[in-house]
Amino acid sequence: MNTRNLQSGPFARAEGGVGDLMRLVMLALAPATGFGLLIFGWPALLLLIVTLTSALAFEALSLKLAGKPLRPTLWDGSALLSGWLLALSLPPWAPWWIGCFGAFIAIALGKHVYGGLGQNLFNPAMLARVTLLVSFPLEMTQWVEPAPLLFPHSPGLLESFRIVFGHAPIDAYGGATAIGLMKTGLTQGHSPAETLAEHFSLIPALIGYTGGSLGETSELLILAGGVWLLHRKVITWHIPVSLLGTVFVLAAFAHLANGERYPGPLFHLASGGVMLTAFFIATDYVTSPNSRTGQLIFGAGCGLLIYVIRTFGGYPEGAGFAVLLMNAATPLIDYYVKPRIYGRDRKGRPLELENSRHDRR
Amino acid sequence: MLNLISLTKLLGGEKRIRGGVHPDGHKSLTAGKPIDGGFPLPKKLFLPLQQHVGQPAEPCVKVGDTVLKGQLLAYSQGNISAPIHAPTSGTVVDITEWPAPHPSALPTPTLVLEPDGKDLWAELNVPEDPFALPPEEIALRVGAAGVVGMGGAAFPSAVKLNLGRRSKIHTLLVNGGECEPYLTCDDRLMRERAEQVVDGVRIMLHGLQCGKAKVGIEDNKPNAYAAMAKAAQAFPEIEVHQVPTHYPMGWDKQLIGYLTGLEVPADGRATDVGVLMHNVATAYAVHQAVRLGRPLVSRIVTVSGRAVDNPVNLEVPIGTLMGELLRYCGWRPDQTQRLLMGGPMMGDALPHADVPVVKGTCGVLALAAEPAAEAQPCIRCSRCVSACPVGLLPLEMASRIKAGQLDGAVGYGLKDCINCGSCSYVCPSKIPLVHYFRYAQSELVARQQAQHKSQQIKRLVEDRQARLDRIKAAQAAAMAEEEA
Repeated sequence: MNTRNLQSGPFARAEGGVGDLMRLVMLALAPATGFGLLIFGWPALLLLIVTLTSALAFEALSLKLAGKPLRPTLWDGSALLSGWLLALSLPPWAPWWIGCFGAFIAIALGKHVYGGLGQNLFNPAMLARVTLLVSFPLEMTQWVEPAPLLFPHSPGLLESFRIVFGHAPIDAYGGATAIGLMKTGLTQGHSPAETLAEHFSLIPALIGYTGGSLGETSELLILAGGVWLLHRKVITWHIPVSLLGTVFVLAAFAHLANGERYPGPLFHLASGGVMLTAFFIATDYVTSPNSRTGQLIFGAGCGLLIYVIRTFGGYPEGAGFAVLLMNAATPLIDYYVKPRIYGRDRKGRPLELENSRHDRR
Repeated sequence: MLNLISLTKLLGGEKRIRGGVHPDGHKSLTAGKPIDGGFPLPKKLFLPLQQHVGQPAEPCVKVGDTVLKGQLLAYSQGNISAPIHAPTSGTVVDITEWPAPHPSALPTPTLVLEPDGKDLWAELNVPEDPFALPPEEIALRVGAAGVVGMGGAAFPSAVKLNLGRRSKIHTLLVNGGECEPYLTCDDRLMRERAEQVVDGVRIMLHGLQCGKAKVGIEDNKPNAYAAMAKAAQAFPEIEVHQVPTHYPMGWDKQLIGYLTGLEVPADGRATDVGVLMHNVATAYAVHQAVRLGRPLVSRIVTVSGRAVDNPVNLEVPIGTLMGELLRYCGWRPDQTQRLLMGGPMMGDALPHADVPVVKGTCGVLALAAEPAAEAQPCIRCSRCVSACPVGLLPLEMASRIKAGQLDGAVGYGLKDCINCGSCSYVCPSKIPLVHYFRYAQSELVARQQAQHKSQQIKRLVEDRQARLDRIKAAQAAAMAEEEA
């Protein structure tokens, strides 16, 4: 008889480990990713491959430098998922070194500097995205119009290699995101209604047949993946609902107050990275609060910052910044927002006996 | 109207259940089979002198004595203790040290009885009508019969009844939850002997001078609920309730919260809110003790697990070696990965089967396979936070304990942890959270003891110094007087 593991119970365990959770998240990302690859063609696929392999490579290198065993951590899917999320947030035709450098920031600086999986303060993918955006604004804002695979005007495989690994002809970059156009339009004195009429229609935006980051355009597919994650209990509703709800409410209020200046809530939910952020990025276990109440606050904070940055900030999209700022606030939220302990009040003092409660029964 | 009720439940009315998990029940292995009373008398019975919380019992027989079934073998000692009776007639062959049913299996003083096979009862002291007895007599009789909490806690029942009589109890709760996986002994007991259980509840109500009892049965035991509801029909003071199947529903405070909406203060007991809880098997033992005058000498044990061919509930004499039970049920030792006393959530792992069934043994499990549990780094998924029925932050506590900051862990509620295992159960990183908490809790106790000791030493040193100072002062005074 085996008594090797003789220790405290429980001697029953729920199924599923860390790797299983990561795999489920990646599975939920697959439809939106597949759609992104379809509409942005070969260059997008090459960029994804670059980002994923360099994420794995930097993970292996970091583990080796830290003197940790490679096997359990390298294949638990966490590095792969960080790389994946980063790729989804990049311009689909970004050059290879953007993906590779981003993976370095995400994995080495975002995670292993803090001590590895579970120790990091900031979401690795968002740290990388924001660093890239600040450091290489040109490369990070070159959007392309959808050019579905195998369509006449989409680049072939050879040309795609040139786009990703060489110097692409500049005229390949035609598009811009609706959210960027909105910002530009406002600065040029166009009202949101004009910009919307010219550059935005809800249905294509929801389906995702628009310019934008590699995997952020299809709100519907991301939503489907997110709902499936909720169903599989990989994530809970607290962060997505409070994040999207906050964006919706703020946008609705502003739009009602001054429709000339502020676009409505559906525009905000259907464009940019807000949906991906709500279900896949802000819900990152490591960098979000522990308690349900804390998660509601965290989500609302992300939503608020996204709206404020989009509306009043210098960048068209604020999701990355918003998540990082709220990541920084997470320890504080965790410190102040804890579940009430049974038999104690919120301050941790034992409950007092109320005689009135006896009489009630 | 029905919708309204479920709506208030959903909106977090009084019946909200915090935390908890839904482990795979495995109850179908034994739930469908009647209690097997055909277990043959073993060659020897091993009766540890401590089968309960509190002081060990003191033997009042000596080696060579012949005893009858139900005869007192060891009397209780101190305020919290329980006597031990002969499970069958036979001869006391030894009073020795024998491995205890405990993870350490350390030897403990044990009385060894060799049955004579006749199973003759001693003369029993039976009242004609228990309800004619003065209330305080109930606790006396329950105490004299050696009844302890049969749900696994093994707290002497008479002490609890006395405590309840002193503080005003408005509701007696009877725990038929049986939320641990595999265990079905309470389920079968309620199905087959509901009337006796209800009688025991009525006797306890009489002893407590309390007007109301609520029985809570998890809704995965519809037959037990039906049997109990039927048996309690004639007694309006006993309500039988179905409660959700939800681990740890057997935790007294969870069940109290669900059935009465009351919350016990952190430093208090259930009696502080006017509630007392007993297990259904304890109620049955009370019935046996008071109605029939029979001391607690046998119990129903679930013998189950995938390494047992014929899992079943057995009624066995206390003191039977677990190995014999298992062999009776077709045990495959070579396929046993882990041997447990109690359920898989809170039960104890045993190093071998040569330990006896004691009064608190509700299950003997031989588990065949267990998921590999190589601990990985915490990813802060906070599943443990949602699972904790107490409202603690297991991940924060564990990381503090790992870093050696016990006080930090206490700040997150370490002392309130009930070790129910819900957090470990759900952890995807397979971190042995409960292991950390048990270690830290015992470390705290050890520290407290050490501090107490060092304070004592300090006081002694100070006393000595004071004494020396006094002597010196006296000498100085005497010298000064002499010089003067």
